[in-house]
Amino acid sequence: MTSLPPFQAVLDQHREDVYRFLVALAGRQEADDCFQETLMSAIRAYPKLQPGANVRAWLFTIARRKAVDAHRARGRRAVPVESVPEPAAHSNGTGPDPELWRLVRELPPRQRGAVALRFVADLSHAEIGAALGCSQDAARQNLHAGLERLREEWVR
Amino acid sequence: MTLEAQLGLKQDVTEAAQAAARRFAAQAAAHGAAKVAYALEPSPLGELFVATTTRGLLEIGFEAEHVDAYLERICARVSPAVLEAPGRLDAVRRQLDEYFAGRRETFELPLDWSLARQGFGRRVLDATARIPFGGVLTYREIAARAGSPKAIRAAGSALGANPIPIVVPCHRVLRTGGALGGYGGGIERKRRLLEIEGVVSA
Repeated sequence: MTSLPPFQAVLDQHREDVYRFLVALAGRQEADDCFQETLMSAIRAYPKLQPGANVRAWLFTIARRKAVDAHRARGRRAVPVESVPEPAAHSNGTGPDPELWRLVRELPPRQRGAVALRFVADLSHAEIGAALGCSQDAARQNLHAGLERLREEWVR
Repeated sequence: MTLEAQLGLKQDVTEAAQAAARRFAAQAAAHGAAKVAYALEPSPLGELFVATTTRGLLEIGFEAEHVDAYLERICARVSPAVLEAPGRLDAVRRQLDEYFAGRRETFELPLDWSLARQGFGRRVLDATARIPFGGVLTYREIAARAGSPKAIRAAGSALGANPIPIVVPCHRVLRTGGALGGYGGGIERKRRLLEIEGVVSA
């Protein structure tokens, strides 16, 4: 019998990575709303997915779109959300660097998406391309350009 | 640390993600985005697998340890948009609790027959659903009420495939002469249910 696994299993398997990805791309403040919207869109579309589809890449495609929407909506609002300090993830200094991720969020959308899809979601170049709606080569170029820019701006 | 290594550091979001996932499941079930909601419910007959759709109660299973098997069948036959959402099963849980406590004789729950057989099998379950609390019929009688008096074995088989036991009371069908016969959940559970209803003594 080939059918899709229950959506609950998809949620159990990927919820932490999707949440982490949305924190990285949209920030702590927005992550929760983006998470709810991502999963609500996902469960509605899920029954139409082909059995054997790459569910993980598909889920991150939706998550990235929601993060982009949230980013745009935030840009339209006058509220300076950026001035709200992000809660430190770890006080022992082993967690992600909030300053670095602030820089990631300021990259152009495709570079921002490529960096987060690669390092937070651990997707392959092909999967990143699928999630961004571009070729594998374009995904690689966006990732490369994003990393170059971060290397210039990031002060350790 | 290189830029790549720094980017690869994973933030611990275990609790936040878990809480967000639970909120999502409750919302999706409440708004019908989840086509099927399920829960595992403790009962005097052991833990039960209980599933509902937006149409009604879909399944009660006695083998809660085989939840994956129940879910696989639901995904294939009903929808893969399935979530664990105990809140959607509040009414079912309350009525089952009342029944087991001896405070309820009839269930007032809409039923979803998606997992039931069609034709004769469905007619057997329909006839079974009309047997009142404390009453019993024989396999022969239930076959007759379903329209085929000679199809006694087929009636037994249809009862064994009942996706909604307890609420569709297949435990009220006994052998001619009063022997308990079979039960999908095992003969001990059938005896327990008949004790609750005062048909056999404890």
